[in-house]
Amino acid sequence: MLFDFESMRTVTQVFMFLLAGLSIATLVGLALSLFNKKKDYTELKQRINSWWIMIGIFGLALLMGPLVTVLLFAILSFVALKEYFSMTPTRLVDRNVLFWAYLTIPLQYYWVATGWYGMFIIFIPVYTFLFIPFRMVLAGETKNYLRAVGNIHWGLMLTVFTLSHLAYLVMLPSEGEYQSLTMSGDGAALLLFLVVLTQLNDVAQYIWGKILGTTPIAPTISPNKTREGLIGGVITTGILAMILAGLLTPMIWWQGLLVGLGIGIAGFIGDVSLSAIKRDIGIKDSGQLIPGHGGILDRLDSLTFTAPLFFHVMRYFYF
Amino acid sequence: MKYINLALRWLFFAVIIKPIVKIVIGLRYQNEPILPQGGPAVLIANHNSHLDTMVLISLLPLKILHKVQPVAAADYFLKNKFMAWFALNIIGILPIERQGKDKSVNPIEQCAKALDSGKILIFFPEGSRGEPEKMTDLKYGVVKLAERCPQVPFYPIYMHGLGKTLPKGDALFVPFFCDVVFSEPVNYDKSGSAFYEEVKNRFATLQDSIKLPKWD
Repeated sequence: MLFDFESMRTVTQVFMFLLAGLSIATLVGLALSLFNKKKDYTELKQRINSWWIMIGIFGLALLMGPLVTVLLFAILSFVALKEYFSMTPTRLVDRNVLFWAYLTIPLQYYWVATGWYGMFIIFIPVYTFLFIPFRMVLAGETKNYLRAVGNIHWGLMLTVFTLSHLAYLVMLPSEGEYQSLTMSGDGAALLLFLVVLTQLNDVAQYIWGKILGTTPIAPTISPNKTREGLIGGVITTGILAMILAGLLTPMIWWQGLLVGLGIGIAGFIGDVSLSAIKRDIGIKDSGQLIPGHGGILDRLDSLTFTAPLFFHVMRYFYF
Repeated sequence: MKYINLALRWLFFAVIIKPIVKIVIGLRYQNEPILPQGGPAVLIANHNSHLDTMVLISLLPLKILHKVQPVAAADYFLKNKFMAWFALNIIGILPIERQGKDKSVNPIEQCAKALDSGKILIFFPEGSRGEPEKMTDLKYGVVKLAERCPQVPFYPIYMHGLGKTLPKGDALFVPFFCDVVFSEPVNYDKSGSAFYEEVKNRFATLQDSIKLPKWD
């Protein structure tokens, strides 16, 4: 029996639902663009496409177990950091330093894979934080030093430290037990919960903003973000989290609701903070500059804020 | 031996260079690619790094790899035996004598001969590699070649980022995305100076279309 739905793990069942939902969304998107040739559905199509990619990655992770998941997130961090360094101003003298910055990725994910929590949590905020300026003063260039050192740290925290929390979520239920690398624990369910809610929160805020949005909330950064969209999105995410909490996490319904509201707010802040960086640099999309093709950072901006927060709530209260 | 070298060249690009260019460096097209489907054609691009040639070859489909020849300085790439074998057979360069070295062979004639046999040349109008992410003045060689082969299209391509990844005189490889911009092909029309100005303007436009911070 290939599809014995009853005996599947909950996480796989939810995954199947997602697959079905996404297939329906894709068909609806296709139908809309066929029947309504006047309107531009590029943004919707892109969102659906990136969802398929996420679902694909997630399916792989479910099938292959935690070690592959960790590897996938390491690659994701690498692409995100490369995108970050490519779009922010860097100095020629710092080439060596940037090389070291890339090397933190395999190390950080090695701590994740071995479940060495203490090292995982201080490696970038403490050791890398101290090492990078040391390597920079060896080069001896002081012009724009502060901007450069701040930029490198910001990039590492944003793309390596926060995103590695996603990988550690998968390891959580079996923390420190190396043999867990061969079997998927229900850490995968935690990851699914967080990623689905963060992404749906983006969509919900966008839709509520389109329907009711009148009051801009951050006009200087993201003129399209409205107070109504934020409130509608956060409430929607809270309700969704309440429903999913019992299925995918150790939380009960009201805890799920609280965490969902938190994810909604944190996701919004993550989104806007990356927009602020891009405004400062003067580019809109961090990826390909064909109009509307965002980069990987545009897809992960909300997760950079929700991942560490959700992870620590889980770890502190439940594991 | 010729077939072994061809196979080695194909493997080198299919297995080593293309994955490095597409995954480790990462290409971002700023517009829809405009590339020749076959020869004769010339790709002209800015030159900041040894990776330029690798990226340009990777842009083209592998099935026309045997037609692609990067034009390169003989005195630099034929320094020693191994380097010469590698440059000639694996990278597949067309070695030309820089001006003032040997007057008996005309580099423009060498290129024209390759174009006559249907090759796709990779030509860097600036001459040698410049400072990271800066374009120097175009030399006149490109005009002479266009004048000699007026029917051949010249495809201007601008690459941003490779000068950061592997600048001149540095062996440390630090990945940055490479942003590529394409432009409609230019043909030699009325006069050399008009062609020169046209190519210069194309590159200026391409360069301005990339809205990324400069390296300092």
